[in-house]
Amino acid sequence: MTAPKRRWFDDSAGPIVRPYAVSRGRTRSYGETLDLLAVIVGKVPARSDRRWLDPEHLRLLSLCRRPMTVADLASELELPLGVVRVLLGDLQYWGLISVRPPQTRAYVHDERILRIVLNELYTL
Amino acid sequence: MSYTHFEPAVAVEDSPLAIKILIAGGFGAGKTTLVGTVSEIRPLRTEETLTSVGTEVDDTFGVETKDTTTVAMDFGRITFRNGVALYLFGTPGQRRFWFMWDELAQGAVGAVVVADTRRLSDSFAAIDYFEQRGTPFVVAVNCFDSAPRYDVHRVRAALDVGPDVPIVLCDVRRRESAKLVLVSIVEHALRLVGRHSHAG
Repeated sequence: MTAPKRRWFDDSAGPIVRPYAVSRGRTRSYGETLDLLAVIVGKVPARSDRRWLDPEHLRLLSLCRRPMTVADLASELELPLGVVRVLLGDLQYWGLISVRPPQTRAYVHDERILRIVLNELYTL
Repeated sequence: MSYTHFEPAVAVEDSPLAIKILIAGGFGAGKTTLVGTVSEIRPLRTEETLTSVGTEVDDTFGVETKDTTTVAMDFGRITFRNGVALYLFGTPGQRRFWFMWDELAQGAVGAVVVADTRRLSDSFAAIDYFEQRGTPFVVAVNCFDSAPRYDVHRVRAALDVGPDVPIVLCDVRRRESAKLVLVSIVEHALRLVGRHSHAG
């Protein structure tokens, strides 16, 4: 018997997987690609909606009852980022989440916010 | 179809301000350790289409999208008291991962290039990238116990980075040291912001 083939690309890349099963083969989401640091807030789905939502959709909705970034959600759900984006795209299309794009332009050139970060880092 | 649902308990506008710093560098230079020392580190998987080098060595047996592979990023978060959260994203340093960096670098405060003096050339790709892109960056020379010690001038000359790029000698296993690396990139970003606003 031959040993199962290891599907590793290399150490820095990691294993090759089939990540899109939960998104039913879809690799692109509805609408624009959500930024890694876009903040998502989920709504509580009605009981009638719960019946047809996938378990991953429901897990996402329960996770983002409190505001959470796309990166945090992907990490918590232990699913690849692209898959989570597709699922969030569904929820956005159905009006079940609110999305706030990251305000990066505002802070990257904002001395006040950079100073807040600096002071917090000093006291860490 | 109609959807009935309750409003969220929290308004999305009240969510914390999320800011990010990139951690780049060669394999084994200490990216993961740095992220883990200062923050709660968690895995974040992305799936990427690795072309060129990738297609030659990919084992695509049983995989339908044949050139897709997962790339694990080091992902850390530090939550501050005043509604600001600092996110750290550690990514592989090789040139073939640059396409991932484009998204990560967008809107980042800056980047830390973690360098190992035994393999300084591993950090060239990351330095090139941030120089070309104009992303503020610092070089964090991780002083491994077994690695030869060099002073900052020699490292600067070897890496061929400008005099305005901070170079920090550090031990990323130590929290204080890792913290100073983050302090140095935020201070550097602040200096650059100041310079721009005064020049204008």
